[in-house]
Amino acid sequence: MTNMLRFLTENHYEAGAIILFGIGFLNLLLQDNLIKKFIGLNIMDTAVYLFLVSQGYIAGHTAPIATVGQKALASKFINPIPSGLVLTGIVVSVSVTAFSLALVQRLYKKYGTLSLDKVLVLLKEDKEDESNP
Amino acid sequence: MKENGGKWEKFFKWINGETTIDSVILENSRKKRFAKRKLRHQKAKFIALRLKHSKRRIQEIICIIVAVVFIGILLKTASELPTCGKPDNPVNNEVSERYLEKGVEETGSINLVSGMILDYRAFDTFGESCVLFTAVICVAMLLKRDKNNIDPIEDQELKEDEEIKNADGSLILKFVARLVIPFIFLYGIYVILNGHLSPGGGFSGGAIIGAGLMLYSTAYGQENTRRFFTYETFKKVSATCLLIYCFSKGYSFFTGGNHLKNIIPKGIPGNILSSGLILPLNICVGIIVACTMYGIYSFFTKGDI
Repeated sequence: MTNMLRFLTENHYEAGAIILFGIGFLNLLLQDNLIKKFIGLNIMDTAVYLFLVSQGYIAGHTAPIATVGQKALASKFINPIPSGLVLTGIVVSVSVTAFSLALVQRLYKKYGTLSLDKVLVLLKEDKEDESNP
Repeated sequence: MKENGGKWEKFFKWINGETTIDSVILENSRKKRFAKRKLRHQKAKFIALRLKHSKRRIQEIICIIVAVVFIGILLKTASELPTCGKPDNPVNNEVSERYLEKGVEETGSINLVSGMILDYRAFDTFGESCVLFTAVICVAMLLKRDKNNIDPIEDQELKEDEEIKNADGSLILKFVARLVIPFIFLYGIYVILNGHLSPGGGFSGGAIIGAGLMLYSTAYGQENTRRFFTYETFKKVSATCLLIYCFSKGYSFFTGGNHLKNIIPKGIPGNILSSGLILPLNICVGIIVACTMYGIYSFFTKGDI
């Protein structure tokens, strides 16, 4: 328990990222509206970026952009690798969001609603209509 | 004077929330069209509500329990992590040290992140560009309005939207867009060309240019954007940029080089024409991202570029 408390006070970036991830996850599970579901997925993505960036951060060091004429020292800059990984994460998140929203738009064109419950009910009705016309 | 009075009257009507006769008729026809759909919905809503009261309640409780347990496990695991912000954490190992200390010398790029993602890890960035391109192809597959995906009702709705938009005129938007758009494009090009010297690069600059294209298309309509950016140009430009990227980094498979050497000389670090292949690759990535952003936007709004 003391370990946990120490973690919450010292590593508040990581703790915040995990709680944000949980909020996004709960949003993904509980929302009925499909667009709000994908907003939850985006919140989860944001939590992952926060986690990665906090792993690469070093207190007192600056952004990794060298000065011309001076030797770049590792003791001056933060870790650049998590920054590059966050870039990958952002690109993948944009692509996944675009693709899923396109699917949602197709669903809306077919059923005229964004609510997952209603879509499931209408889908069942359509299947019954097909089986006994 | 009379003309002016008419305009003012229209403006007052718009302020008061009254609409012109045309749009009222349009609204009515749209309402009729949706009446049938609505009936079906109400039935579905009724069933969904009934479901909610019985099954949903238990489902929600289970979901909350699962999420809380999940957060607890993650927090417990993460509490074993070293303290954030210490220079001797295991994340800051010899790999990042090498990237930071030898980066300027080996890649010729002042911005060390740029040097990392476009030289040491260029294949990673190539994968990212491919992911973006695949996403826009998937969106086009789902939403493009071609001969397999035509709905007469939707066509009419789009036409009506266009009419309402033309009747409004959107003066403020057009005026502000005319002022702002050149600077947006200029800034985007600056960010792309200075990707190896300052914060920024292909992805951020491309996103800025894409935003400028979206603003232009919103203010002046898609017909005006089509004068210089059609589906054909979109296809050709983004495929060419991907191929250039692929060949400029993929040739080392055939030459068998261990370190990916630049064909172009590195130049003096700090000059705009330096750092070998990073500048052309930044331009390629920027064009791909700009095309992708604008493509996704226009497929979602009008179903075509």
